Amino acid sequence: MSEYTAQDFKKGQPRWCPGCGDHFFLASLHKAMAEIGVAPHNVAVISGIGCSSRLPHYMATYGMNTIHGRAAAIATGCKVANPELAVWQISGDGDGLAIGGNHFIHANRRNINLNMILLNNRIYGLTKGQYSPTSPRGFVSKSSPYGTVEDPFRPAELCFGARGHFFARAVATDAPATVDILKAAYQHKGASVCEILQNCVIFNNGTHDAVYNKEGRAKNAIYVKHGQPLLFGENNEYGLMQDGFGLKVVKIGENGVTVKDILVHDAHCEDNTLQLKLALMGQGDGFPVALGVIRDVEAPTYDDSVSAQIEEVKAQKKYHNFAELLETNDIWTVE
Amino acid sequence: MNIKELEDVVVRFSGDSGDGMQLAGNIFSTVSATVGNSISTFPDYPADIRAPQGSLTGVSGFQVHVGANKVFTPGDLCDVLVAMNAAALKTQLKYAKKDATIIIDTDAFQKSDLDKAAFKTDDPIQELGIDRDRVVACPLTQMVKDCLADTGMDVKSVLKCRNMFALGLVCWLFSRDLNIAFNFLRDKFAKKPELAEANIRVIQAGYDYGHNTHSSAMNVYRVESKVKEPGRYMDITGNKATAYGLIAAAEKAGLKLYLGSYPITPATDILHELSKHKSLGVTTVQCEDEIAGCASALGASFAGALAVTSTSGPGICLKSEAMNLAVIMELPLVVIDVQRGGPATGLPTKSEQTDLLQVLFGRNGESPMPVIAAEHPVDCFDAAYMACKIALEHMTPVVLMTDAFIANGSASFKLPDLSEYPEINPPYVPEELRGNWTPYMRAENGTRYWAVPGREGFTHILGGLEKDNQTGAISTAPENHDLMTRLRRQKIENIEVPDLEVLGDVDDADLLIVGFGGTYGHLRAAMDEMRAAGRKVAHAHFKFVNPLPKNTAEVLGRYRKVVVAEQNMGQLAAFLRMKVDGFVPYQFNQVKGQPFVVSELVKSFTEILDK
Repeated sequence: MSEYTAQDFKKGQPRWCPGCGDHFFLASLHKAMAEIGVAPHNVAVISGIGCSSRLPHYMATYGMNTIHGRAAAIATGCKVANPELAVWQISGDGDGLAIGGNHFIHANRRNINLNMILLNNRIYGLTKGQYSPTSPRGFVSKSSPYGTVEDPFRPAELCFGARGHFFARAVATDAPATVDILKAAYQHKGASVCEILQNCVIFNNGTHDAVYNKEGRAKNAIYVKHGQPLLFGENNEYGLMQDGFGLKVVKIGENGVTVKDILVHDAHCEDNTLQLKLALMGQGDGFPVALGVIRDVEAPTYDDSVSAQIEEVKAQKKYHNFAELLETNDIWTVE
Repeated sequence: MNIKELEDVVVRFSGDSGDGMQLAGNIFSTVSATVGNSISTFPDYPADIRAPQGSLTGVSGFQVHVGANKVFTPGDLCDVLVAMNAAALKTQLKYAKKDATIIIDTDAFQKSDLDKAAFKTDDPIQELGIDRDRVVACPLTQMVKDCLADTGMDVKSVLKCRNMFALGLVCWLFSRDLNIAFNFLRDKFAKKPELAEANIRVIQAGYDYGHNTHSSAMNVYRVESKVKEPGRYMDITGNKATAYGLIAAAEKAGLKLYLGSYPITPATDILHELSKHKSLGVTTVQCEDEIAGCASALGASFAGALAVTSTSGPGICLKSEAMNLAVIMELPLVVIDVQRGGPATGLPTKSEQTDLLQVLFGRNGESPMPVIAAEHPVDCFDAAYMACKIALEHMTPVVLMTDAFIANGSASFKLPDLSEYPEINPPYVPEELRGNWTPYMRAENGTRYWAVPGREGFTHILGGLEKDNQTGAISTAPENHDLMTRLRRQKIENIEVPDLEVLGDVDDADLLIVGFGGTYGHLRAAMDEMRAAGRKVAHAHFKFVNPLPKNTAEVLGRYRKVVVAEQNMGQLAAFLRMKVDGFVPYQFNQVKGQPFVVSELVKSFTEILDK
């Protein structure tokens, strides 16, 4: 049992707009950290710039609210320099996927043991309403009055494309499920991406409406759990089955389909093909939006490997301080 | 045989980039340094990775200046030019004195070689207008083949030993003790003794060839050692010295050394060097870009490491954002700028001093940052050590400037004794402030305290937004921002740096020569030459550019004429004019990508004196 409560991680009065998804997420993060039980002074929360990047100010941990897009790079140095710290990186969709896109993919590729939170409201809020790299094609905003003419990123695709080993998704208003994926992200050794679907009440109200409340999720979302059949619907009456190269939605009892026919979720499967299919569902395609831990595969982490290599070389080499280093050179003596 | 005493001599080895000229040059400088000569070297790599063999763009050079007294530069022009092929002779002749001895391998001056080097006639010596008496023309390749005929080595390996024949010949010319070279090779090829012995045979053959065929006709030279400083030495390049300075500082401060970097010429050797030394606990991360190199270093600094990022000018452009974050977060960070020719990609392998105003001012907002400029290859060690000390003790990013010339150049490095270096004491938050501490509380010298994550009772947040001086919370209050701006500036101004030292005719110089960083050697040599000619000249060199030494205005105001000489269009001069009221210097500005030429400096400075 953890000796901490959510209160131990709280600080200050959040200044986000009333109803902003960030409020919900922050409460879940406090709760998750309390349950995880790492002492606040051994936690570093590092953000970039944007509405959601204010978050470290409301944490009673060590923190940095840095510059636009660089949170993953700064968190990388922090974790590699001190692997004992639990490092959380907070970014929005603009911070993490536009200006910080390069750092996002490389943190995943290197598999640095960071908990990378992507608060996705599909809009630039702090700069007052421009489309973001996750805004859908045709999206009308202040900087796209006639609609955007570009396709969005789908965060899971980027994560998987960068050979990411952990991807989970939750809706900001869904506290228990959010706490669950945050704990799973912490438990996962390596880069853990958590996409949080959240609303921007001012500039992109209703963007995640289909899944934003409980009723919506009952209809339009599926909670995936490792080892469990992929069932959804108000009474778990629907399920997912493999269909050629794709997936299909089936109704239990129809056409002789039983629960036994339903695909069982395997978050630990090294091959990410089916996990990616799950992660990409729900884009107006008649599939539910997948929530929960979609991929969670063990792999060597960068920070562990760095430390291990240092220990290995220390054992091999005969010089261990500066004076001994000097002696490894061609030296001559002038009498 | 005539033996002539020389004060100093400059030798330039040149050949195809695969001809091993750097190694030959290195061994010759080590042999010279071992007998107590002062040395300064300059490797001149071709810009292409591997240009076609024998082509004009593929020529690689290595110049070494050997002196009985202290030498400060690799020398303007060489006394001996080794040209291993026709292309080398054609491109390198401009670096040779009019009366230089020129050693060529006639086997590499065949028709096809001459074509590749774009000679128009079949007599390159005449075509270039070289006096034949100065040329030592030998069938070098054939002699190397003959020498190694009974070893069973394949042709390719045999040809790789050509450089050693040239080295042997040069060693004969300067009466060098071959045993030192032999020992060097036996060490270097400890795992391949047969290769070492083959090389040794070829050096001896080169030496004997000189002795047997030229001793009656030519002078042999000797450079005695007049200023021997007893001690143990190694040869070191500026980049390696920089890396060693960082390692030494981390050890002294008791901190983990973290380098976040991205490959860039001419700074990459720092990344290479530090990556080797994991047994010292050095962590190097080759990042996805320059931005992440600096940003990750700042993250490491927050976590309590001695954090460094290394780059060249184009990388500074990208790092300036995170450097600025380090300014406002007041975290220690060392940023190394090994300058090269610009703007943009510019001249990647060539040297300039054109980043000075960029590192001083190239950031948004009021962003004061200490700047240190290393003066010569060996000085990179001390400069890097001091950059770390200032960064850690004053909680600030520090820029360490070097340049391609001193980064690749080398000199003898007397092994330092770390116990003689000053302590490094970062301002960790005193325990008694527990419970009452806020992040922007300052020690007496204006420095913010350092609370490293993992320490209980000192959790806090830093960031890129302006903070309240008292509480550490985000603040846009006008008075507070004004105050914080002043506090950050005052903190940098409080840093103590050594006074500006004046060399030469300190009391009665008619001209003061002023420079900064890597031009030290050339300006010093120019001053020495002018004084030897009877002129009253002094030299003051800035290693600490920001903050400026306290006596700067006094020194600059002391002399009737002052010339600021720099490899840019007047950046130091502009900075000094901004900082020193009424200072109007003469200027010497050159941006050729090449080191200054002492004779040009002397000519220009003499004209200024005579005005």
